[in-house]
Amino acid sequence: MKLTSRHLLGLDGMAKEELALILDTAVSFREVLDRPIKKVPPLQGKTVVNLFFESSTRTRISFELAERRLSADVVNFTTAASSVSKGETLKDTARNIEAMKIDMVVIRHAAPGSAHFLTRVVDANVINAGDGTHEHPTQGLLDMYTLREKFGALEGLRVCIVGDITHSRVARSNIYGLTTMGAKVSVCGPATLIPKDIEQLGVKVYHRLDDVIPEVDALNVLRIQLERQKSGLFPSLREYHRFFGVTKEKVSKAPKPITIMHPGPINRDVELSADLADSEHSVILQQVTNGVAIRMAVLYLLGTTN
Amino acid sequence: MNKIRTIDRENFQRTVNRLAHEIVERNIGTDNLVIVGIRTRGEYLARRLAKKIQEIEGKSVQVGILDITLYRDDLRGRLDQPQLKSTEILFDITGKVVVLVDDVLFTGRTVRSALNALTDLGRPALIELLVLIDRGHRELPIKADFVGKSIPTSLKQEIKVMMTETDSEDSVYVLDVDEEEKETRQ
Repeated sequence: MKLTSRHLLGLDGMAKEELALILDTAVSFREVLDRPIKKVPPLQGKTVVNLFFESSTRTRISFELAERRLSADVVNFTTAASSVSKGETLKDTARNIEAMKIDMVVIRHAAPGSAHFLTRVVDANVINAGDGTHEHPTQGLLDMYTLREKFGALEGLRVCIVGDITHSRVARSNIYGLTTMGAKVSVCGPATLIPKDIEQLGVKVYHRLDDVIPEVDALNVLRIQLERQKSGLFPSLREYHRFFGVTKEKVSKAPKPITIMHPGPINRDVELSADLADSEHSVILQQVTNGVAIRMAVLYLLGTTN
Repeated sequence: MNKIRTIDRENFQRTVNRLAHEIVERNIGTDNLVIVGIRTRGEYLARRLAKKIQEIEGKSVQVGILDITLYRDDLRGRLDQPQLKSTEILFDITGKVVVLVDDVLFTGRTVRSALNALTDLGRPALIELLVLIDRGHRELPIKADFVGKSIPTSLKQEIKVMMTETDSEDSVYVLDVDEEEKETRQ
């Protein structure tokens, strides 16, 4: 069994078996992370370039750790200190870097489809680390891994994604991946931040947290981008917190404790109350650890096939 | 295809018993001793050896499972991707006498991978190698400390170890595989 594509661009269209292969492979790498020596040799001699055109701390560090723990050579590229600031196009940047004989590219870019575009101009394996509002497949996978670890299986699991669904690549990757694995996915947020026709992806839409809390096993709370408020999509942070902020008081109405997830970084006491983020039902730090294992699994599966 | 049974059920049991005795004889008991089996059949052998040692010495021996996939030297040359499984060694091997167990010793490349994998987990005081079958044709300077049976083979032959944990019986077969057949199977 191996992945059908040489690239990981998104979870949309991936088969259940492929998603399961990545999750199963990550279990082995999760074990490596608990060892005294957290390094294994399968990508020895491979060079991976992290092309980050958008600022990111957690995802870039997570990818870099995953690459180094698989013994790959790593080159980091960030826009601030690059010729992109001199007006070079993505195509030229990528081609120039590839001309230096690299094997894999991890790309984060503000434009949806940038990872797809890259596969047409370079021969390296491409991994999408977030392309605009399109997909963030490794985040979707690490969320699925964390849920599977906590609940044992994804089939039938009830998960609600709360927040700005329209602008969220995390939401999209989670929806594609989780529905393929048989989970029951719903979304909850203000009507201005939920795309029309999102039901076509197989999710149920809620506009009130009180309606969804009795119905779910886990809540994946998204970061609210402060600039959305400036563009008038919701009136104020205070009001957002009042209606869609996930708090201890609101989740206490659930028949049994709800697992809390967040892709980070958290706006404490805006989309998620601080006490809940630090509570025993929060798996936010497990998500971060599992992220390294998931990225190791993806790099390994793509980097060792011919 | 010609198929000869070299070890049958009774002899399989006798061989494992003898190997268990040899382990405790050479190491003067079970102090500091742990057994690590290489997936898949090495794991089953390791468990059987531990069980037998428990019967002989009345003391239990810890058993670990080693998955060497990440350390293979042919990881990238293969068309199929070997299934990655977990290493399950739930104890510290530093300072221990590790008996490394595999079913067949052939080129020695698996053992080389296993030694690298083990030394990434800690620094054992001593590593001893136990194999059920030594079929010759080493490509690396590796030698087993405990051997169930040495079976001189030609490169056209294959050794098939069967164990009831995954197969229908406990036995070892020598198979004559001609080149054409080998290619179609690969």
